[in-house]
Amino acid sequence: MSSLHDPGAELLIPADTAVHRLAPQCKVAATALFVLAVAGTPRGSYWPYLWYLLILGVIAALAALPPLTLLRRLVVEVPFLLFVLALPVVGAPPELTVLGVGLSEPGLHAAATIALKATFGLLATGILAATTPLPEIITGLERLRVPRVFTAVAAFMVRYTEVVLGELARMRTARACRGGDPRWLWQVREVAGGLGTLVVRTFERGERVYLAMVSRGYTGVPPPALTGAAASRGAWTAALAVPLLAAVGTVLG
Amino acid sequence: MHIPDGFVSAPVAAAGAVVAAAGLAVCARQAGAQLTERQLPLAGLAAAFFLVLEAPIIPVGAGTNGHLLGGTLAVALLGPWLGPVVITVVTVVQALFTGAGGLSALGVNLVNLALVPAAVGYPVLLGLRRVLPQGHTGTALAAGLAAVVSVLAAAVLFTAEYAVGGAAGVPLRTVAVSTLGVYALVAVFEGVVTALVVRGLLALRADLVRVAPERVP
Repeated sequence: MSSLHDPGAELLIPADTAVHRLAPQCKVAATALFVLAVAGTPRGSYWPYLWYLLILGVIAALAALPPLTLLRRLVVEVPFLLFVLALPVVGAPPELTVLGVGLSEPGLHAAATIALKATFGLLATGILAATTPLPEIITGLERLRVPRVFTAVAAFMVRYTEVVLGELARMRTARACRGGDPRWLWQVREVAGGLGTLVVRTFERGERVYLAMVSRGYTGVPPPALTGAAASRGAWTAALAVPLLAAVGTVLG
Repeated sequence: MHIPDGFVSAPVAAAGAVVAAAGLAVCARQAGAQLTERQLPLAGLAAAFFLVLEAPIIPVGAGTNGHLLGGTLAVALLGPWLGPVVITVVTVVQALFTGAGGLSALGVNLVNLALVPAAVGYPVLLGLRRVLPQGHTGTALAAGLAAVVSVLAAAVLFTAEYAVGGAAGVPLRTVAVSTLGVYALVAVFEGVVTALVVRGLLALRADLVRVAPERVP
């Protein structure tokens, strides 16, 4: 199977470790709580981030994840960091003079705090994505009692992302063959026309996929094999220890 | 528009989470009650569609770096209950996998991106559709204008959220001017794209559009 058949697979770093095997609902809950603990760190307090880094480092080591790969995936936050860089410049007084440039002190603290919190949030979800395939994460959310309409839509989305990507790639190839290269605002009609075609084609494709599913016995409920099993008490204890340890840093910070 | 971790204070993030959970619970119940089996795959496809369109790696923008928000398009196609469910799924996946928006600010983001189009955009759309000329072009125009209003409303709401609990150390004035300025442009782009997509869909497959003149919701 190509990676297109398995969305999120390019983020997965397969291995057979305890972290990979842990029930997805435990991992999803632990990740969310860990990020909340990091987000609760008081502003101006910087040592807790070393503690968070240690916690994530231990988990990454347990999951046999190469640290450089995890760090390289942080590039998605680069546009956002550029925005954060503006905060000390446009921030409120009092100002500090650094190398002859007046920088706002609250702006500097805010920029550092936001960048750190976003980075640790991304590292935590990065470890989740590296150890858990997307379909399993949806199963985990279902076990956490997320209403079925959300998980059902998400499950279909996972299946259809590949369909949409394939169709988009074909349409872009066709457009390039015809010499189309829209990149300016006055060519918006061409972009929107392409989007409309993509909508219609993917919807019609989706209807055909749905009919195929019905003909194979789909009744509106996913098969029980996809709904997962309950996690053991030990799995929950191990998973929830992570945000609890992080919360120690949040409270002391 | 995806707010990162640490940009708004914890009380605002918590309030956003409560509002989002309450609003989405209503949406989930209503959507679940009205959901026919056929709608589920269509909603999933719409979610996949928005996920692909909003992926930063795929340049679909036309000279601007603001990507399609899609909230009003979703409610125009799927109705005010299922539309927010679809946008929520997309936003959560983006927060988990692409770092777009922080998990702690997820509630605030969902209010801005998923609930505002349903609470503001959809009524505006229905109201405008009554005023504007009947037919496909009028409906598409109503959807486009509703998208503009909806994006601007989200930008104003974001500024208000920042006024109540901003934690970025930037004066409110600066945030307000830059947010509203940038999102005025995004709103126009969003409106044009929404109107053209709805117009195109109405011509080809009006049965897929919830607000089509042929279907009175």
